[in-house]
Amino acid sequence: MLKRTDSLAPDTLVALSGAGVRRSGRWLVRGIDLEVRRGEIVTLIGPNGSGKSTTAKTAIGVIKADEGSVRRQPDLKVGYVPQKLTIDWTLPLTVERLMSLTGPLPKAEITEALVAVGIAHLAGAEVQHLSGGEFQRALLARALARKPDLLVLDEPVQGVDFSGEVALYQLIRDIRDRTGCGILLISHDLHVVMADTDTVLCLNGHVCCRGTPESVVADPEYLRLFGARAAETLAIYRHRHDHTHLADGRVMHADGTITDHCHPEDGHHHDDHHHGEGHDHGAGHAR
Amino acid sequence: MLDDFFSRAMVAGIGLALTVGPLGCFIVWRRMAYFGDTMAHSALLGVAISFLFSIDITIGVFVVASLVSLALLMLQKRGALSTDALLGILSHSTLALGLVMVAFMTWIRVDLMGFLFGDILAVSRMDIATIYAGGVVILGLVAWLWRPLLASTVNEELAEAEGLSPERSRLVFMLLMALVIAIAMKIVGILLITALLIIPAATARRFAATPEQMAVLASFIGAVAVTGGLFGSLHYDTPSGPSIVVAALALFIISLLPAGLLYRRQTAEGHRR
Repeated sequence: MLKRTDSLAPDTLVALSGAGVRRSGRWLVRGIDLEVRRGEIVTLIGPNGSGKSTTAKTAIGVIKADEGSVRRQPDLKVGYVPQKLTIDWTLPLTVERLMSLTGPLPKAEITEALVAVGIAHLAGAEVQHLSGGEFQRALLARALARKPDLLVLDEPVQGVDFSGEVALYQLIRDIRDRTGCGILLISHDLHVVMADTDTVLCLNGHVCCRGTPESVVADPEYLRLFGARAAETLAIYRHRHDHTHLADGRVMHADGTITDHCHPEDGHHHDDHHHGEGHDHGAGHAR
Repeated sequence: MLDDFFSRAMVAGIGLALTVGPLGCFIVWRRMAYFGDTMAHSALLGVAISFLFSIDITIGVFVVASLVSLALLMLQKRGALSTDALLGILSHSTLALGLVMVAFMTWIRVDLMGFLFGDILAVSRMDIATIYAGGVVILGLVAWLWRPLLASTVNEELAEAEGLSPERSRLVFMLLMALVIAIAMKIVGILLITALLIIPAATARRFAATPEQMAVLASFIGAVAVTGGLFGSLHYDTPSGPSIVVAALALFIISLLPAGLLYRRQTAEGHRR
């Protein structure tokens, strides 16, 4: 269900309410409530396969939600840096040409964006010849140069070294401060990203916990998901299940209560709950 | 000038080469060579159906090639077989169906070789008009949809997120392919259409710095191949369609020579500086 209504508050760019995405009988994410307002940085964190990218794509309409609602401002201008992007060698594409891929841009704005991410000297280089870090900067510059209302960055600093990473996050915050756009950021570099974030959503197939970085780091759900040391050092993915399927089909939750079914907000939903012998969740898990 | 069959062939061939250049680039960029082949093979079924219902062959081929590409899209969504297996099934079964149907229609004498390998020396003024009118439509649509086509070639999700409806681009692209095949069949024939799409584009890659340059160069290289191939076929008395493809191949091989690489390296360094 995809709704576009104008009842959205004027400074709310996108709002998901109870959104869920299902693929071949399995819920990738479910019960997602998420809002990004102008001038706000919202960060999604979570283990691999926890539905961060799915949630972001649902928010911008690349994936349609199977339940719940997704509302966007009419004519919302999105700048998107996808998690994976490979450009075939047969396509001759310079950095400069990449910048105007989805819309025309004045040359001055292209240069400005390339200077901002620090690769102005590579304007004429073919994208296939860039290093991983340079290519990420080019993608970020491309998304910025569009002057979007909403910037969606799916792990924008992959392949960038640590000092470059700090600089890029600084840049992302500057952009927010300068243009007042909303930013939906996906990251696993919790430590670096947190200081600049207004709201953190910790995902694991559902929203485990949310709030300011300080409150999320102190949240028991967050600590359970990432391990206590994550709060002080870089992310460590020590994921534990928040509920166990018992042999008789009932479900035991982390707090020890037993119910007949999973709560809708539980992680990792399968439609068929007949795995009484334990859990086998497949690739979606950090081990 | 169009009174002479050789001039007519030249005008028709160059018109076609200019038209297919940009489409051939998309075929190469999107890795759809086998898809192009499949649509081309289905043209023979289009020919058979055109005879059966006594409709214009160009229209019959266009309709059948479009239907085959839509069938492929639907089968892909079901996801039971891999795309290349599906293409293999569609490609050869449509070709075989066409051949069998033609054999059943004993009341018609069909020049099969003409359809399989083309007969550019037999093009009429009407054919030339079709090629140039079709060419204007195709190039016009490609130019109009250039940005969404290119953006969704790079990344469909990116194009979708930034409002460029990649789904529509894909559909238009397939219809354009069907149209090109319907027009090109007479010139190079069903079995060699893909060659005319891919080889000039692949040759152009070595010398192009932007997608736009590559599209224009592919058209130009295709036109050179047509000219060379036709003169070659006149001189050595070889079949014209295959001669054009051989000329394109020769240009491709020349582009692989160190001089071509040197040119690219220089421009790359020039850009980096």
